[in-house]
Amino acid sequence: MELLSHLATTTLNTILDVLPIAAILLFFQVVVVRQRPPHLGRLLIGFAYVLIGLALFLVGLEEALFPLGEIMAKQLTDPAFITGGGTLSGEPFWGDYLWVYAFAACIGFATTIAEPSLIAVALKASSVSGGAVSVWGLRLTVAVGVAVGVSLGAFRIVTGTPLHFYIAAGYVIVVVQTIYSNKDLVPLAYDSGGVTTSTVTVPLVTALGLGLASTIPGRNTVIDGFGLIAFASLFPMMSVLAYAQISTWRRQRSLLREKGERDET
Amino acid sequence: MTKGLKAFLFLILESLRDLAPIILVIAFFQLVVLQQPIPNLDRILVGLVLVLLGLTFFIQGLQMGLFPIGENMAGALTRKGNLFWLLAFAFLLGFGTTVAEPALIAVSAEAASAAAEGGFLAPDAKSKADYAFGLRMTVAFSVGIAILLGVFRILKGWPIHYLIIGGYLLVVLLTFAAPPEIVGVAYDSGGVTTSTVTVPLVTALGVGLASTIRGRNPLTDGFGLIAFASLTPMIFVLIYGMVV
Repeated sequence: MELLSHLATTTLNTILDVLPIAAILLFFQVVVVRQRPPHLGRLLIGFAYVLIGLALFLVGLEEALFPLGEIMAKQLTDPAFITGGGTLSGEPFWGDYLWVYAFAACIGFATTIAEPSLIAVALKASSVSGGAVSVWGLRLTVAVGVAVGVSLGAFRIVTGTPLHFYIAAGYVIVVVQTIYSNKDLVPLAYDSGGVTTSTVTVPLVTALGLGLASTIPGRNTVIDGFGLIAFASLFPMMSVLAYAQISTWRRQRSLLREKGERDET
Repeated sequence: MTKGLKAFLFLILESLRDLAPIILVIAFFQLVVLQQPIPNLDRILVGLVLVLLGLTFFIQGLQMGLFPIGENMAGALTRKGNLFWLLAFAFLLGFGTTVAEPALIAVSAEAASAAAEGGFLAPDAKSKADYAFGLRMTVAFSVGIAILLGVFRILKGWPIHYLIIGGYLLVVLLTFAAPPEIVGVAYDSGGVTTSTVTVPLVTALGVGLASTIRGRNPLTDGFGLIAFASLTPMIFVLIYGMVV
């Protein structure tokens, strides 16, 4: 029964969230475009599927994954677990937190693979590029980026180094990569930064950040607890740009090799 | 077995593959690293079934509903050839999808408490609520501007990197001028604005525009709207932190 009421409220909330979008679409369709869109029935069924799907997805996450993920984040950052039964005193040693970095990387990777917005962008990118960008290639690349980013973000909270140094350095790297990169994939790489931080990733990653910031002495939950999301959106840009770079190199190398073979014959 | 059922089972299996990493990670850390049993196993299994069904329906609805809606709209508005309505649609789509976003409402409330703790704000409920509301409107407005700007870029065919790199430079400069309490919130606000319904719609809009307008490439010109939507909130929130 508790589950049913949870399901009902979440469905209602999802509908409320989507209401402004539906109103805008309806207004433009009726007042501006004044044309019946093709396959209207199919569109409406699709829209209903999105609503049902999103509601079920959110309820399931809140029932199953979020509570467990939050408990685990708390246990992994607990001083008793870190020091093997002792208490934390003074400045923490970054090497004591290896399991936290590993968890941060794994949870960043896994939540990104499950992220519905990324699936949407990957499907579109694959169809638009005629398969040159593969759905799984993009999703795995972005997930690796998020894994590295969240893990480094956890390291930052443990060491207490200022957030903006990392972010500013990250932007410089992105700029340099952009200059040397295959320009076709640059917009997709920039988009990857935004899509990764959505329904699944944000709650779990934020729980980890707040858990870390609240257990380490001298860290401020407001200043240090936030900011993990910023890492999770910065690093996928780098990894997708690197993917673009590597695929360009490989294409050039195979072109050179083909040319070489042709010269020999 | 009917064909429809088979197709549905196939989709469920695909969703299972999408969710497998997260299940494995949580199970591994809980059982091997923390060495604790999994609490409320029955409830978790029910939850997982819901997540699985939800993802399957969502992906199906994406292909049937959201993508075609976004593309139809892009096509219809370009054929109409009225720049005002196209840009108005872009702005409203950005503003409307962000203003009701639950993640944004949560982040603005937290930011207001942070500002009150930092002594920038009188710690009473009214001024906190005002601050949170102002922040929410700022972010929603900035996402509207972002989609508008992004659509304009697609029309003109400008390369995206000058705009985005310029924006990030501005973020870095503003970071040094803004109060430190707002910086974390500002950086995170870029991430919370892009919800699961907005992303497919906006992506389809961009790709639809780039495919309808002659001389634009859907891959190089169609993507990039999301990037604008995650950049402008940072700029506007940093400015908000300095002004308010």
